[in-house]
Amino acid sequence: MALMKYREALNAALREEMKRDPLVFLMGEGIGEKGGSYKVTDKLLAQFGEKRVIDTPISEASFVGMAGGAAIAGTRPVVELLFVDFAYLVMDQVANQVAKFNFMIGGQGIVPFVLRTQGGIGNGLAGQHSQSLEAIFYHVPGLQVIMPATPYDAKGLLKASIRSNEPVIFIEHKQLYMTEGDVPEEEYLVPIGKADIKRGGKDVTLVTYSYMTLESLKAAELLAQEDIDVEVIDLRTLVPMDMDCILKSVQKTGRLVVVHEAVRRGGVGGDIVSNVVEEAFYDLEAPVKRIAGKNTTIPFNVNLEKLCVPSVEEIAAGVREVYAS
Amino acid sequence: MEAAILKELYEKAFTIRRFEQSATEQYRAGNIYGYLHPYTGEEAIAVGTISALKSDDYIVSTHRGHGHAIAKGHDLGLMMAELFGKSTGYCRGRGGSMHVANLKQFNLGANGIVGGGIPFATGAGMAIKQKGTTQVVLSFFSDGAVNNGVFHESLNLAAIYHLPIIYILENNQYAASTPVERMNLVKDLSIRAAGYGIPGMTMDGNDAVEIYAAVQEPIARARKSEGPTLMEYKTYRHSGHHVNDPGAYMPQETMAYWKAKDPVDVMRNHLKSAGVNESEIKEINERVEEKMETAVQFAKESPEPSAEEFLAEIPVY
Repeated sequence: MALMKYREALNAALREEMKRDPLVFLMGEGIGEKGGSYKVTDKLLAQFGEKRVIDTPISEASFVGMAGGAAIAGTRPVVELLFVDFAYLVMDQVANQVAKFNFMIGGQGIVPFVLRTQGGIGNGLAGQHSQSLEAIFYHVPGLQVIMPATPYDAKGLLKASIRSNEPVIFIEHKQLYMTEGDVPEEEYLVPIGKADIKRGGKDVTLVTYSYMTLESLKAAELLAQEDIDVEVIDLRTLVPMDMDCILKSVQKTGRLVVVHEAVRRGGVGGDIVSNVVEEAFYDLEAPVKRIAGKNTTIPFNVNLEKLCVPSVEEIAAGVREVYAS
Repeated sequence: MEAAILKELYEKAFTIRRFEQSATEQYRAGNIYGYLHPYTGEEAIAVGTISALKSDDYIVSTHRGHGHAIAKGHDLGLMMAELFGKSTGYCRGRGGSMHVANLKQFNLGANGIVGGGIPFATGAGMAIKQKGTTQVVLSFFSDGAVNNGVFHESLNLAAIYHLPIIYILENNQYAASTPVERMNLVKDLSIRAAGYGIPGMTMDGNDAVEIYAAVQEPIARARKSEGPTLMEYKTYRHSGHHVNDPGAYMPQETMAYWKAKDPVDVMRNHLKSAGVNESEIKEINERVEEKMETAVQFAKESPEPSAEEFLAEIPVY
């Protein structure tokens, strides 16, 4: 095991896969010489050269579409979208072209396309650089949506994504890049579509993903001091969702809280709750609860910004409420 | 030009014409539904450009894409079956008229979004560069696509990476029903190539022989990794935007001008000038008619896609 930063784990995943398969290549804004805004592609240009580490102009729709075309023509592109906020520039290429291609041609081919991007609040980046937009991808049939929370999962899932024959939207979080965790020295993959129980517990099931996994684990520690035993499920993959893991946990605890940073309205949390209510209504012993971002554009002011996304205290309070009812 | 090539070009053009006529008949008969955009009047472009390719060169097509698929050598029965939505179609009835594709013949598919396929074509060019082969890509789109951002972005991307692509602008003079001159101040759209530092050329789009000859140079350049070209071909549809659009906005005199140089007639005249006699032409025509009849019959007799199979492919979560 080695202690690695989240961004270093991603870098290692790219490096290993590029070394393993000459058909893997990278495209994005400032990923070459600069090594990416968050240093995820650091030093890859020096190792693999300009042919495989490609700086692009600011033409998001077309270079993302280009990755789609390269995927259907026999290569394995990993394209970086600097901010998930720019997803709105690329949605025709992602949702109408990449996601639907293989379906509409009757399943003739494969689409080994990976779009890496990052979202979430930073520290005063305002409304167009702070969003959590997984729900727009979650809604589109034909995309796998992956949001790892730890360096271990980030590396294993990025490697699995690059080897996948179906399109992957891989969403990182800007507050995770500098977090550290243990990563094995030897090669490993984390399977797409499998949740991970980051903390076992018997009283309340807490389902979350990405940065909110860390905040939820902190809340669980607080609650442990109050003898509330929270099971924290990190989904890791949103599509396909590991409902088995969620349902088993809810059958055990009878209580469900869902936590995400994205705005509450139309968020993935609503869908998770609906699935549980449909599949396990009689296992529930208390009303379910969503703790999510507020239905607002993220403000610039950092004090206001903090109010928009769930805090450790809010998560703990929500769990307490569900536990008590 | 050799008579054999002329005959090949003519046969393809005539096949496209007859396919679109048959498809329209089948549409009227209720066997085809949804959208159907005939390529009638534009045959010379697909035939002239695609005939200049090798079999493993890529094409990326458009919603008006039957002509490209036929010029690439697709099976008429599997195409017609797809238009019928049958399980035997190229896309198992999942795509229909606007999405005919056959990866085995390097057709990366048509597109329901105007201009939407241009980045895909550009990406296929990038894949060729990654693999280091000498393949090329023909990216088809119409005048309706050139005011979409991805057209401009993609030409620039292909230019800076020297990608092996020929962008084929089929200027049929209408974006659906809107005349090209109302939406563009420039007369020749190919001059936009200059803005991206690549060659651009405008020519008549109704003579497959001229098109075949002129596309050789950009293809050769692309094979040598010397970058992309924008080729504009001016042509005219023989009907409205789709099969239910009577095209009332198309002036009769303009239609008459273009019909006087109908691409199928132009090819037939080339054959005659080259000394190919009537009986040989008749032989080609009969062969095409026979293939068309078989194709329609095949589509009619083919089964509907299985509902169970379709539903089983859908994930629950």
